[in-house]
Amino acid sequence: MDLLQRNYFELLAIPAQFNIDLALLDQHYRQLQTEVHPDRFVNASPNERMQSMQVATQVNAAYQTLKNMTARARYLLQLNGVDTLDENNTIMPTDFLMQQMQWREVIEDANTHHDIASLDALLNEVRSIAKSLALELNTQFNLKTYLDASETVRKLSFIDKIISDINHAIETLEN
Amino acid sequence: MALLQIAEPGMSAAPHQHKLAIGIDLGTTNSLVATVQSGMSTVLQDEHGHALLPSVVRYKEDGNISVGLSAQAAQSSDPKNTISSVKRFMGRGINDIPDTTHIPYQFRDTGVGMVQIETRAGIKSPVEISAEILRSLKSRAEKALGGELTGAVITVPAYFDDAQRQATKDAARLAGLNVLRLLNEPTAAAVAYGLDNASEGVYVIYDLGGGTFDISILRLAKGIFEVLATNGDSALGGDDFDHRIFCWILAEAKLPPLNQEDTRVLLTKAREVKEWLSENSDAQITSVLSNGKLVNIKLSAEKLVELTQTLVTKTLNPTRKALRDSNLSIDDINGIVMVGGATRMPQIRQAVAAFFKQEPLTNLDPDKVVALGAAIQANALVGNRSENDLLLLDVIPLSLGIETMGGLVERIIPRNATLPIARAQDFTTFKDGQTAMSVHILQGERELVSDCRSLARFELRGIPPMAAGAARIRVAFQVDADGLLSVTAREQSTGVVAEIIVKPSYGLTEDEITNMLKSSFGLAEQDKQSRALREAIVDADRLIEAINAAILQDGHLLTADELTAIEAELVSLKNTCASNDKDKIVSSVEALNHASENFAARRMDESVKKAFAGQDLNKLVL
Repeated sequence: MDLLQRNYFELLAIPAQFNIDLALLDQHYRQLQTEVHPDRFVNASPNERMQSMQVATQVNAAYQTLKNMTARARYLLQLNGVDTLDENNTIMPTDFLMQQMQWREVIEDANTHHDIASLDALLNEVRSIAKSLALELNTQFNLKTYLDASETVRKLSFIDKIISDINHAIETLEN
Repeated sequence: MALLQIAEPGMSAAPHQHKLAIGIDLGTTNSLVATVQSGMSTVLQDEHGHALLPSVVRYKEDGNISVGLSAQAAQSSDPKNTISSVKRFMGRGINDIPDTTHIPYQFRDTGVGMVQIETRAGIKSPVEISAEILRSLKSRAEKALGGELTGAVITVPAYFDDAQRQATKDAARLAGLNVLRLLNEPTAAAVAYGLDNASEGVYVIYDLGGGTFDISILRLAKGIFEVLATNGDSALGGDDFDHRIFCWILAEAKLPPLNQEDTRVLLTKAREVKEWLSENSDAQITSVLSNGKLVNIKLSAEKLVELTQTLVTKTLNPTRKALRDSNLSIDDINGIVMVGGATRMPQIRQAVAAFFKQEPLTNLDPDKVVALGAAIQANALVGNRSENDLLLLDVIPLSLGIETMGGLVERIIPRNATLPIARAQDFTTFKDGQTAMSVHILQGERELVSDCRSLARFELRGIPPMAAGAARIRVAFQVDADGLLSVTAREQSTGVVAEIIVKPSYGLTEDEITNMLKSSFGLAEQDKQSRALREAIVDADRLIEAINAAILQDGHLLTADELTAIEAELVSLKNTCASNDKDKIVSSVEALNHASENFAARRMDESVKKAFAGQDLNKLVL
């Protein structure tokens, strides 16, 4: 079915660019699910029930990808022929890697000393870096410098991983 | 102005005919059935005016089965054959049940798979016992509504895993119910609450039932209920509070280990005391045991709080996790809705108020709100509501993964992903000419296979023989709107579809269900044939109705030739239905399905167009 061939931006009727209107994305997602969700096809033929599930699944995947900044950037690069998951392309700047190691140490120390406050502080620091990376990305997409954008996306992936590790550490300490 | 739609005689049921649909809250302690009548969601009562059906099933000496109050009354005198709280055993193995010594049933250790209970009526699976409760509610509904039911929405705890959900669906099938949807209990509560109060914003549903605890965080906007995160504990509930009191009585009255009758008596006492202490400061516990010994002790509300403090605290960890998963803080929460009888306990309400820094909402009956919500959803699903103003977007509560080398779990679908969801994973062979492989599916958040719940092993067969590592088998995991997993596999280079054999870890196989169906109706072998025929005819009728409705609504999407082709298959299926030949009916159904494939696709395209109708998408040109 050609609905499943559409790219995520087309499916959700959102312009294919990095900076998107998240409120519009929410609105379109809801409008679309209102029509295609399996709950609308409970009494329909098996064909339609199956297609409704497939399309609703696709709409969910599209929404989740476009909602998340890193996933959206990676997807947009992919549409432009750049694969950020390319294993031959994982060289990261040394200063960025040094900073990573520093953050890891902070997490470890906090774990040993049961110091949730310093984890919270780190979380804020890392999040503000993510914000500045997003600004960088937007510029890179506007200039179509996709290889630079690809490096920024990889940085963002590291940041996402750190954020989830910090959250995990906080969760463990809270229990 | 909308034009009236007139169906050709014999073409289709009148579009505005009210279909009978029910919502069932299949609870640990009590179960309820509700429906929407004249636009109002109401709980249906039995002939004595009782809304709550105690979830107790008794296999009687005369071979009959009693369900509800009469069964509950016999709990102490006939504990081995009177099963309560069976929901706790759904989709569970013997090792999952803590402290079997205090449960007066004779569990049968099957070694693997779902636990079974020995009764005088034979060995019963929790699925069969639950089916008795559902059957009782079904007949209550049929009597009250005076007709055949189109379908039912059955609620499950949000934190139920795949095995527990499947077990619930199997029970409904045994009871002869057409399951429209399995609905998460907190989501059902939100529907009842949200529609009742026309609420908008972010709400927390705190649902502490008899045996399960769920916490769900939802965003309500314009009739769309979007679950942002859910968490819980599928083995924590009011029963545990009873059990704490029971243990305290044993210690306080210095009782030796009790027989099953006395255990049941004191557990019942414990429950009554707990309920009493929600509104009183002291309770006197008086009971005469079977050996004549008198138990006479006092329990204060204060002491009860102390005894159950750890249980109350235990509900707050899942609450924190759900809040974190939803990326929200307590300032974002517009209200907390309390669901489940156990939330009547003041210490629970206080703990929730302290955690969220606001008083929880308790204006709806916590026992009924889930069933009411399920009825509203059932009514919407069968199409009784003309306007599309209710949509539930729910999530999968626990991550799904597969076993990889070294007993580790690789996560494939993360928890709290919106349903339906699918992910694909590629596998390859490690031996030349390998034609089969096994995929072990697990559910849970931990990294080790041994710490997660085993759902099933899928054996893939019929992989074309190739050199090791050459085959690319793409296994697709699809979780549907009921939260149930299905798996398909295809070899990528040849396109060969691998045959999949499912071995559920705690579920029932198709054969077992067929056998249960057979025994529950006392059917002989040839009756099984007529049952299969009857099922085929029901399927065919549903398909005919669905296609007719589609033509009525969207016939303009078809060319004259296409319409003729579909109509020819329709006529042929109607004729075959009269033939009483099951195989012919099945193949005729297939032919109609095939003929209407493109029509289905086009209708789906129309749905997408409809979603953006009236909006200027040109300015969004890509």
